[in-house]
Amino acid sequence: MTAVDVAAPARTARRRRSGRANGLTATSGLGLGVSVIWFSLLVLIPLSAVLVKTSEGGWSGFWTTISNEQTAAALRLTVGQALLVTVVNVFMGTLIAWVLVRDEFFGKRALEVVIDIPFALPTIVAGLVLLSLYGANSPVGVNVANTRTSVFVAFLFVTLPFVVRTVQPVLAELDADVEEAAASLGASRFTIFRRIILPALVPAISAGAALSFARAISEYGSLVLLSGNLPLRTEVTSVRMLSYIENGDLASASAVATILLLVALVVIVALDVIQRRVSRRG
Amino acid sequence: MADVLATRPDRQPALPVGIAAPRRRRPRRRARSVLLTWLFRLIVVTYLFFLVAWPVSLVAQKTFEDGFSALDTALSDPSITFALKLTVIVALQAVLINLVFGVGISLLLVRYEFRGKRLLSALIDLPLSVSPVVVGLALVLVYGGRDGWFGPALQDAGFQVIFATPGIVMATTFVSLPLVIREVVPVLTEIGTEQEQAARSLGANAAQTFRRITLPGIKWAVVYGVVLSLARSLGEFGAAKIVSGNFEGQTQTATMAVEQKYQDFQQASAYATAFLLAAVSVACIVVVSIIRPKQERKR
Repeated sequence: MTAVDVAAPARTARRRRSGRANGLTATSGLGLGVSVIWFSLLVLIPLSAVLVKTSEGGWSGFWTTISNEQTAAALRLTVGQALLVTVVNVFMGTLIAWVLVRDEFFGKRALEVVIDIPFALPTIVAGLVLLSLYGANSPVGVNVANTRTSVFVAFLFVTLPFVVRTVQPVLAELDADVEEAAASLGASRFTIFRRIILPALVPAISAGAALSFARAISEYGSLVLLSGNLPLRTEVTSVRMLSYIENGDLASASAVATILLLVALVVIVALDVIQRRVSRRG
Repeated sequence: MADVLATRPDRQPALPVGIAAPRRRRPRRRARSVLLTWLFRLIVVTYLFFLVAWPVSLVAQKTFEDGFSALDTALSDPSITFALKLTVIVALQAVLINLVFGVGISLLLVRYEFRGKRLLSALIDLPLSVSPVVVGLALVLVYGGRDGWFGPALQDAGFQVIFATPGIVMATTFVSLPLVIREVVPVLTEIGTEQEQAARSLGANAAQTFRRITLPGIKWAVVYGVVLSLARSLGEFGAAKIVSGNFEGQTQTATMAVEQKYQDFQQASAYATAFLLAAVSVACIVVVSIIRPKQERKR
């Protein structure tokens, strides 16, 4: 829910300029200074240290790390599965949001809670619970542990809330009049969905998809127990990075981290652009 | 507040469509739409059941397979009780730091204009999409005792960050940093400044205005932010594992204990610890879902 509020275009669209924002006073200026220093020490300086460490190795060092067979395999697996999961989330997330907004049935409140669980559940616990249902002693007889499918399942679990929580508020605020008008003019349900509802949801869906992609490629905790971390087969980028760190090879770890950071930055810029586009239209 | 109320009717969810519209249509179409509704419902419930509900309930089932013995074993293991205590201490510190800075930064972002505001606002979200492993690595590069940027100087001053509790607190604060801000900013934007201005014009000083007017308005948003940060902080794993060094009985938190116990084939203890963590995080979600609608009605 919260991660999603970051992007929730509905909220942004609803934002009105309620009252004039002020310039800084002495107190608030001091507050801003302290906050920025705190934020820099905690977030900005450490993250730039990653980039500096990478640049120390130069382009060739970066390239040697990335083209290492095992690292390249990890990157390919992570990005591939993350894309796949994002596609599934676009469809399932929109469908879940639709059911939560347009349908009324017993137990809907419980579903709302279920959707937020992956967001709050510690990732290592997420890995453990998935392992107990889809692992070696599975009660349903499905054993995906130590396979590529396990990476897919873990990603699917941890990214579940994103599309749902971005689409839900937008869908809830859609104007019913337009749909009724279209229906009275003889439009079929499918046409109404395709021509009226879907275009309004596209920004929210893309924001959710971006968040869920970013979350998937950075996932670590839920895979530790589930995927077995077999080099070249089920090892994801984060695990690869961790083994570099544990071997004391911080330069190589930074090179891989740089790629992840760049993806995170691209996602943030994309979200900002989407938000701005939506709020301009609102 | 007045204009919030005035725009209220527009914001009612567009619920009646699916129910009201088919009444005008031919029966065959209504039957199809009912069928579709049930189909969607079935798909969604099945999907969520297999992906989330069943797996999560299994952790409780595995924990209580032999009554309370798994919990007893886990809670009498000093390394687990230590890990749980450390987790709580770290989480409370991280939440407190994020509460103070979260509310402060939200006020700055909403109520003031300054250069670089948009940049700050975008960067605040960064921790949500950065991998925990990258967070850990980044902190080690700067605060690492041997060859970090600031680490050696801090160590000479007798302050160890990496492989010690302060490092874990930093990592935990980092990953849960945007949660309070992202809850408070929209509410702060929506309540507007009229009441604050009125209070100021009646002679209240900044502290009084904040305590009597602003804080009651954002109270529930702050509560969600804190509850969510708490859930996130208790469950932090990747970043904490790297900065803490994962030393059992010294810097090992509960999530790391789960991993280690599982890998040491002490599955009962692993499940029991995981159950405790899961119970707290589910409780947090339930609390938020109970407060949220109440608060939205009030607004």
